[in-house]
Amino acid sequence: MAVEDKMIDIIVEQLSVDRDKVVPGASFVDDLGADSLDLVELIMAMEEEFDVEIPDEEAEKIVTVQNAIDFVAKIQD
Amino acid sequence: MMLENMVALVTGGSRGIGRAICKRLASMGALVGINYVANPTAADETLAQIEAAGGKGFTVRFDVADTEAAQEAIKDIISTHGQIDILVNNAGITRDGLMARMKEDDWDSVLDTNLKGAFCCSKAAMRPMMKKRWGRIINVSSVVGFTGNSGQVNYSAAKAGLVGLTKSMARELAGRNVTVNCVAPGFIGTDMTDGLPEDVQEALKTQIPLGAMGTPEDVAGAVAFLASSDSNYVTGQTLHVNGGMYMGH
Repeated sequence: MAVEDKMIDIIVEQLSVDRDKVVPGASFVDDLGADSLDLVELIMAMEEEFDVEIPDEEAEKIVTVQNAIDFVAKIQD
Repeated sequence: MMLENMVALVTGGSRGIGRAICKRLASMGALVGINYVANPTAADETLAQIEAAGGKGFTVRFDVADTEAAQEAIKDIISTHGQIDILVNNAGITRDGLMARMKEDDWDSVLDTNLKGAFCCSKAAMRPMMKKRWGRIINVSSVVGFTGNSGQVNYSAAKAGLVGLTKSMARELAGRNVTVNCVAPGFIGTDMTDGLPEDVQEALKTQIPLGAMGTPEDVAGAVAFLASSDSNYVTGQTLHVNGGMYMGH
């Protein structure tokens, strides 16, 4: 749960959205109003918080809240 | 004191135009990081002049052409001072010579310092600006980036490159209220131009409608405008400071 909570914190802060909108199925662009620069900042914030490097081809696949949570869970295994 | 509580970093701030920019930004209330690479005495002198006038600053040594060193140094400044609000990419070198005889090294070193240095420093400094939704990046180009100059294919290419960098960065960062602009000095009296023979200097002056060389303070005034909230609605632009010797397009 810790990873999920942390991830939601980052999304709320980076995209300046209400916490209750950050549900697993939410798309960053379509549901949370992110633009391309928001996505880059979100990926950079994830890299910083979880101390990982996320290559561009992985970053491109992170389009929903669930994608982000799954990605971080995977790399932390 | 328009820049109270702001942190500025000026690359190549120890001498010439850079020193004048440091002093001007400090006089407006900013805490100014004076970057230098080769001449600590000159950087200390810039700091001493700032402090004597009641301003605040610090010196920071790194080579803008050394990507890793620049990134580390800028990270340190951000963690120590919490922020960089204003970045002035001023560091520049010349390795003049006619192209037919120009060494590849002379091309590379000028492009590395004058153009890639601005890219690296901006990249390292932009993130906290984006987060804060306020930032100013000011690139110091040159009139020769617009007019060309024989003996300076490397320098003029780098200075023209800064204009393209400025415009693209301005578009990318506009959504975060970070403005990116250029200042393009003309013929300014510094160590860089003092080396020119007197007859060349006199000939150059005849090309300047205002009839004289500019001063580093003239350039610092333009940078001060672009660093302040007076220029809130100005981005992607080049402000020419050249006595009229080139009047743009």
